[in-house]
Amino acid sequence: MSLPVAIVFLPLIAAAMTGLFGRSLGDKLSQLITCLALLAAAALSLFVFQDAVLAHHTQSIVLLRWIDTGPMSVSWGIRVDSLSAVMMLVVTVVSAMVHVYSVGYMAHDKSIPRFMSYLSLFTFAMLMLVTADNFVQLFFGWEGVGLASYLLIGFWFDRPSANAAAIKAFVVNRVGDLGFMLGIFAIFVLFGTFDFTPVFAAAPQMVGKTMAFLSWHPDALTVTGILLLIGAMGKSAQLGLHTWLPDAMEGPTPVSALIHAATMVTAGVFMLCRLSPLLEYAPVVLNTVVVVGATTAIFAATIGLAQTDIKRVIAYSTCSQLGYMFFAAGVSAYPAAMFHLTTHAFFKALLFLAAGSVIHALGGEQDMRKMGGLWKLIPITYALMWIGNLALAGIYPFAGFYSKDIIVDAAYAAGSSFGYYAFILGVAAAFLTSFYSWRLLFMTFHGKARMDAHRLSHVHEAPPVMLVPLFVLALGAIFAGYLGYESFVGAGQAAFWGPSILILPIHQALANAEHLSWMVTHVTLIVGVLGIALAWVFYVVAPGLPGQVAGTFALLYRLFLNKWYVDELYHAVLTRPVGILARWLWKGGDQLVIDGLTTDIPVAATRALSIQFSRLETGYIFHYAYAMLFGVVGLVSWYLVVRP
Amino acid sequence: MTPVVFLPALPELFLALASLGLLLIGVLAAPERTAKGIPLLGALALAVTLALVIQAPAGRAEAFYGMFVTDGFAVFAEALVLLAAIATLLAGLRFNAWQGIDRFELPVLVLLSVTGMLAMITANDLISFYIGLELQSLPLYVLAAFKRDSARSTEAGLKYFVLSALSSGLLLFGASLLYGFSAGTSYEAIGHALVQPDAMTAIGAVIGLVFLLAGVAFKLSAAPFHMWTPDVYEGSPTSVTAFFAVGPKVAALAVFARLAFGPFSGLAAAWHDVAWLLCVASLVVGGFAAINQTNLKRMMAYSSISHVGFALMGLAAGTEEGLRGMLVYLGVYTFMNLGTFVVLLGLGRDGAIAESLSDLAGLSKTRPGAALALTIFFLSLAGLPPTAGVFAKMFVLLPALHAGMPGLAILGIVMSAVACFYYLRVVKVMYFDEPGLPLDADVASGTQQAIFALAACVVLFLCVIPGPFLSIAGAAAHTLFP
Repeated sequence: MSLPVAIVFLPLIAAAMTGLFGRSLGDKLSQLITCLALLAAAALSLFVFQDAVLAHHTQSIVLLRWIDTGPMSVSWGIRVDSLSAVMMLVVTVVSAMVHVYSVGYMAHDKSIPRFMSYLSLFTFAMLMLVTADNFVQLFFGWEGVGLASYLLIGFWFDRPSANAAAIKAFVVNRVGDLGFMLGIFAIFVLFGTFDFTPVFAAAPQMVGKTMAFLSWHPDALTVTGILLLIGAMGKSAQLGLHTWLPDAMEGPTPVSALIHAATMVTAGVFMLCRLSPLLEYAPVVLNTVVVVGATTAIFAATIGLAQTDIKRVIAYSTCSQLGYMFFAAGVSAYPAAMFHLTTHAFFKALLFLAAGSVIHALGGEQDMRKMGGLWKLIPITYALMWIGNLALAGIYPFAGFYSKDIIVDAAYAAGSSFGYYAFILGVAAAFLTSFYSWRLLFMTFHGKARMDAHRLSHVHEAPPVMLVPLFVLALGAIFAGYLGYESFVGAGQAAFWGPSILILPIHQALANAEHLSWMVTHVTLIVGVLGIALAWVFYVVAPGLPGQVAGTFALLYRLFLNKWYVDELYHAVLTRPVGILARWLWKGGDQLVIDGLTTDIPVAATRALSIQFSRLETGYIFHYAYAMLFGVVGLVSWYLVVRP
Repeated sequence: MTPVVFLPALPELFLALASLGLLLIGVLAAPERTAKGIPLLGALALAVTLALVIQAPAGRAEAFYGMFVTDGFAVFAEALVLLAAIATLLAGLRFNAWQGIDRFELPVLVLLSVTGMLAMITANDLISFYIGLELQSLPLYVLAAFKRDSARSTEAGLKYFVLSALSSGLLLFGASLLYGFSAGTSYEAIGHALVQPDAMTAIGAVIGLVFLLAGVAFKLSAAPFHMWTPDVYEGSPTSVTAFFAVGPKVAALAVFARLAFGPFSGLAAAWHDVAWLLCVASLVVGGFAAINQTNLKRMMAYSSISHVGFALMGLAAGTEEGLRGMLVYLGVYTFMNLGTFVVLLGLGRDGAIAESLSDLAGLSKTRPGAALALTIFFLSLAGLPPTAGVFAKMFVLLPALHAGMPGLAILGIVMSAVACFYYLRVVKVMYFDEPGLPLDADVASGTQQAIFALAACVVLFLCVIPGPFLSIAGAAAHTLFP
């Protein structure tokens, strides 16, 4: 058995063992099995990374035939190239850290084996997704992570809000999935196969072809790309389909860190990079990606300014950072998108887990208005939060500096109007990012303690089992950018990515980004520092200021606080009308018409007939004899009258 | 003059002589020894007859100057009748003793009646057919009224006798018409005369055919000649009802098929109509009326009417495939129906037979084996997979479809959906209702359990190896299509 197969299936085996036999295995053994499986997978991933990326040994392992009907054949396979090797490493390392962290975080939960099983199941599905060799398996992983996400958001199923959030996440993702599925169907119609290799090879010949849909003949690659993009937007919570992500914070914090920050939500970005050989020939799609990404980046950042729930602030920052990755992919700077994906996985998981440590210390409190002054009580968490924030804000030399900088530069270097749009919004979002990040930090750790005395007396630093994973992630948040820069996006990028990413010679945003003026390349750092300074003024120097500003710009403040009223809009335009329609179809259509016609009326008729037939059975022998004679006369008349 | 050939009729002759022998033993031997000995000897005689039937040389053979014929078709039907008779005799042993009707006349009457059935099946002439029919019926009147101190039993016997007399009258009238228009009583002569009849002959023969088949339909309890069935089923002792439920129906359907594909093949359009009219009426009446019953024996009476409807569907198709379907249906029906009655034979409470629906409440707790077997039989009667019932229904529905009668097939499916209700209601009562008063222990016997367990296995596992059964039924059906 080869290493990649082991990496993919170790989490599945662990999930099956703890999921099926968790009750008899017990809490400790379940934790041990899943953590060991994931740590082993993470260690093996290093070897695969070494083999596939550094030694350029790409391979495609076919496990077994899956579907084989007529012209359609699909196999289970594992594709190992630079792209999937990077993803495998990120996924298994972050997942292993989250598994270990969960041992401490979930120590007092009632159903630990179930939680560990779901986490491992998620990891398996995510690995299936990133190692997919064809669109159908990609979709399998896609749905698998969606399922695990649903199960984990609703993990505390006795909370109505958690159930509502789980359903919302699932339903919103289904909207994206519909686009994704249609995209996959379009791929099959166009190329006659689901496998990546032949599809990518044939992509150049498809330029300019059209597709017939009713009386409409749109460009085939554009349609396919847009449909697939809708899928990516759903999974990566981009503008329009982003509403589920903040609500998903109802799940336990390790889930937020693993699924809703580091891995699953980046699946859309991964897909865009994986499909680069296709998207490169669909410029309309790429421009759409730029607009969607850049708009999401600034949109989510504005909402992040006004939120008071510590996890929701980080959730909106995730949404915003995903927007960066999107527009990076949109300007053909796929390596930059992957680079930011990787560094983001570390520092965002770090931020979430540190936030989890704060919540853990406060016994479940998530409202920042009831925090404050914690830095002396939990200094290690405080320091880790600083590291995460510096990385997120893109301050030199932390990881985010390298990855965010190259994205913004590439957008500028693309030279198109779309690129400039992304550049301006990206810089503005960077400023807001650093502002709200330090707003979070100052509100949580500085100023007066605003929680009650009982909570305050119980504040404690997290146990080592939670801190050690945080240290590992902090190392990533500090060094990943510096170490990865050269090979991910610098001079070595062509060799590093090999054939897994295609960038056409006309799309030279990334290459041009090396030759920009000093001002452009340092603008994100400058606005980042400015953001920190402003937050310091607002929340440390003059704590009365935020209230005044909110009062002055009341309209904007309310807009940000209420998330631009997107939820309300959807509720009014979609949820309520659909609910009314559904209720009408249920009561009027199903209960009245269908049940009436197919159940109530036949039942009444059967009962009436049954009573009539039994009433014939009078017990009188002459009635019986009469029936027989009637039968004979009837039969004879049948021949003489009906069929003469 | 050619000598009388009687060897092909050896099984019938043996059975007739054996029943007379048993009668003699019963009269001469001490009563306490005959109560158990005669039924066992009777079952042995039936078993020997079965062996003789099966061992008979293959192929068609005539005896008694063509009055009598045996062929593969007859062997199949006779085997079913004999199997059912053996099972009812053995399973009824304990029940009859418990009810105080364990007299030696009962098995003797059963044997005589079976002799009549065999004679009907193998008749090749209207005269011998009628003699067989009456030989079958006369013991049945007595058997129905066998518990003579019970008003319901004697009522059952009397009703059956009077109505049967009426049906015999109809049958004889039809037979005389046929004789009048074809100038012969043998099947060959009638068939020959009806190959290309003139207009007058056609009308007369059709009226004769209708009357004759009405008489057969009475024995078959096909609607609208079914009215006696619920009363007789309910009134007769259960051991007799079990015998009523299978043997006479198999014999009557065999006669119907032999007449239809033999002498009446020239009037195919006519008997097709009779078959499908009876089929529709039986399906509808049997299916709907059973829903309203709370007495299990009455419910089974309507259920048997509905099943006769299904068997007639195969016949109504009028093809070899349809005839095979009918035989398959009869075979499966024998096992599932007999199994049901054998289970019921073991249920009593306070000296009375447990025959109402509520008596079965909680049977799954008091008699898990019986409840499971009954569930299997009812699932099969309802035609649910994987039991043999679904398999049997398929073999009559498909020929009806192939013969261009989709309406009939749809009616069959709708009526089996209706039937599901009353079968599954019994299962629900057995498994989900709380048990009432305890059941009597002394009415159940190991023999019964062995028989219904065997029948349940056949019903449950027939679909695993249907091949042999199908090919036997197919070969039997083929013998009527030279």
